[in-house]
Amino acid sequence: MKKLILTGAVLAFTAGVAMAQDVVRMGTEGAYPPYNFVNDKGEVDGFERELGDKLCAMETLTCTWVKNDWDSIIPNLLSGNYDTIMAGMSITDERKETIDFTQNYFPPAASGYAALKADADLKGIIAAQVGTIQADYVAKSGATLLEFATLDDTVAAVKNGEADAVFADKDALTPFVAEGAGLVVAGDEVPLGDGIGIGLRKSDTALKDKLNAGITKLKENGELNAMITKWFGAEAKTF
Amino acid sequence: MFANCVDPSQLQGLSWLLCYLTSGKHLMFYSSFLVVIALMVIVAPIALLFGFGGALSARSHFAPLRWFGKAYTSMVRGVPDIIFFLFVPVAMDQGLEYLRSKMLCPPTDAPIWSNNEFNVCAAAKLPLSSSPQIYHEIYGFMLAVVAFAIVFGAFAANVLYGAMNAVPRAQLETAEAYGMTHAQVRRRILIPQMWTFALPGLSNLWLILIKATPLLFLLGVEDIVYWARELGATKSAIYDYPHPDWRLWYFLGLLVFYLGMTRISELILSRLTTRLAQGQATMAGEAMRKAGA
Repeated sequence: MKKLILTGAVLAFTAGVAMAQDVVRMGTEGAYPPYNFVNDKGEVDGFERELGDKLCAMETLTCTWVKNDWDSIIPNLLSGNYDTIMAGMSITDERKETIDFTQNYFPPAASGYAALKADADLKGIIAAQVGTIQADYVAKSGATLLEFATLDDTVAAVKNGEADAVFADKDALTPFVAEGAGLVVAGDEVPLGDGIGIGLRKSDTALKDKLNAGITKLKENGELNAMITKWFGAEAKTF
Repeated sequence: MFANCVDPSQLQGLSWLLCYLTSGKHLMFYSSFLVVIALMVIVAPIALLFGFGGALSARSHFAPLRWFGKAYTSMVRGVPDIIFFLFVPVAMDQGLEYLRSKMLCPPTDAPIWSNNEFNVCAAAKLPLSSSPQIYHEIYGFMLAVVAFAIVFGAFAANVLYGAMNAVPRAQLETAEAYGMTHAQVRRRILIPQMWTFALPGLSNLWLILIKATPLLFLLGVEDIVYWARELGATKSAIYDYPHPDWRLWYFLGLLVFYLGMTRISELILSRLTTRLAQGQATMAGEAMRKAGA
């Protein structure tokens, strides 16, 4: 039976070999607004969706968007499930050991704390998303790190008192502190990382060159800045 | 979905809720229930088949087949399910792509596994990068089906093996005395009689299978757990329908769904038990015979 299924699968997907062409599968998390999120129609939306689609159009690539959990986003890139990561991923030396990055498409962003009250204990229990530069920072800062799979879980942990504060990308926290959603900014901003770039397999140099060229053009003609302002507000850092 | 849902920020109360519950994302959530039910309905017969194969080979007179059957059941039963669910899809996916790359890729010196990366040429990708997303989802679902079938097949094999041994030896000897061959005894006497012994174990397995379906989420298939988490999470003003953390309600919905599924299964299984006991040389069958007489 297993064999039958496998043969069936192989046949079903061999049928399309002739029309195999360059489709770039863009991996993202879909749970990190406004960088990327799944909108109410069920589509990937956000700053990175708009930027990615723009880059694909400029470099005449056919692109599709794929959602993948944050904690397995690098392994699944390496095993070829998709070709790029655009998921608010900061360029760090540690990540560069396994994957490659384009130049940054978002300037080095500040990270910040959010808590129930402004004088929260930032050396206490701090929630952060697993595998992020913020989680690394918290671990080194001497606070007790509490890791969660998604940004939303980290915020929920602060709201129900499990953690004293959440430490995350400042722009991603903005909606949670802005709307009277119960959280306030605590402590000072911390600059982290070298900005956000598109993650790629190291062997994928051709794609990297194309995307780099596209980002350079968008930086030069100011469209990238306009996009950042559109999604992150007028105070956001631009190039 | 409805015409008045175009601008949700203008909506209030019930009409807001109605629009919210029929948003594109919610429709995906509802259809993921079908995915879960499809998984159960597809996996159950395949696992039973695997189980049959395993049980029959474990009873085989041909030693290598017997070793295979025993190794299959004890190996799969001895390894945590979750490891199999993580291992089988990745191993199968890379295995298939490796085989296809041998057939379809132009020969190169570039190693397939190098530097943490798994690289095959575009033509060997499974499914192809150019195929629509739905194929990728079906493919992921099929890998999940195989992983589930292997794991549950091993348990089913053990249940069926036990059930076959539980059929009274006298029944089989009588058949042999009538001059039936091994195959005939198996087909006419052993298999029809073993079901009543197998059913308690198999019904357990079915209920465990129902409860194991959230593991789909782990395999990257967007099942009801994925959507419940996604929909329940706090939604800021960037979404059309902002709301606070509603995960509790969504998970409550899942709870009701799973309880409903197990309740329906229990009802069906208890009727099946009664039916299968009929005319059997068991206590239940004997009680039925006496009641009828």
